[in-house]
Amino acid sequence: MTTPTAQTGHVRPNYMLIWLWLFIMTIGEVLLAFELPVSRNLKLILLLILAIWKAMLVAMFFMHLKFERWRLRLIFIVPIPLAIILVTTVIMEKLR
Amino acid sequence: MTHATQTLDQMRPPTLAEPGSGVYSNKLGMWIFLASDVMFFTALIGSYIILRFGMTDAWAQPGAVLNVPLTGFNTFLLICSSVSMVKAYAAIADGKKYFLRKVPGKRLQDGGLKFWLLVTIICGAGFVGVQLIEYFKLVHEGFTPAGYREGSLLAEHAAANGLKYGAGVAGMYGSTFFTMTGFHGFHVTCGVISMLYLYFTKVLPEKYSASDYRGIEVIGLYWHFVDLVWIILFTIVYLI
Repeated sequence: MTTPTAQTGHVRPNYMLIWLWLFIMTIGEVLLAFELPVSRNLKLILLLILAIWKAMLVAMFFMHLKFERWRLRLIFIVPIPLAIILVTTVIMEKLR
Repeated sequence: MTHATQTLDQMRPPTLAEPGSGVYSNKLGMWIFLASDVMFFTALIGSYIILRFGMTDAWAQPGAVLNVPLTGFNTFLLICSSVSMVKAYAAIADGKKYFLRKVPGKRLQDGGLKFWLLVTIICGAGFVGVQLIEYFKLVHEGFTPAGYREGSLLAEHAAANGLKYGAGVAGMYGSTFFTMTGFHGFHVTCGVISMLYLYFTKVLPEKYSASDYRGIEVIGLYWHFVDLVWIILFTIVYLI
């Protein structure tokens, strides 16, 4: 037999662990940019992935987007595809 | 008989939400402002990518002109300020208005809102200070918003090795660098001033409580966004 839960909710994330991840990834970025012998294109892709990953960690856990309603998340998310379209179309125009 | 665990919602909003939007108006306003700021920085970053995409070989190589270790330290400073900001938020959500308090059985004292927000302000001001030092050093070496100053050491290096220093587009390099980092620095400065204002008018007089800490959450959103933008800028401007 189970008794109903009076109140359930979100538990606060471990902020120090996220800080540690951000710190390690920043060091990784600098090492990747200057020390590791990888091709320029691969380096570019890896650096962008790391930057987006770090930005996502900040947005999701420090800005608490992970715990927000979807309608609020949309306010922040909608400009991003618009921005990607803007940059892509201008690059495509330049390539023609 | 088993009992379901009862957990408290630690991410509850700091005040009652407005009907309709589901969040209180200050927070909604900040999110709309941040959405507009996303577009603003996207325009800057997008223009930079397009310019670099068109002249890949002519741009200065990473680390040739810019001081990456110094900026790496600055990035670390801003990440630290972001975590101290979220600790300030967590502290006031738990009703910890104090600066530091001794906790029985623990060596380190427990930080409250006053402590963590002060750490954030110091780290933010430190970031602006280091950025100013970086600007002064760059201008002194001959890297200005108009490009490499004639007769400077950098101009000589660029003349000798145009591929490494991007001699052909030095003006564009300088203007895009100072515009992007300058606007970001302006955002950080505004954040530090706003936090100082909150610190002296609301935090020190203990006007925030566990039931209402809207100002801390709203300035926190702004501050984390500034950190987020720098994470992207650091990679695109300094490392690529």
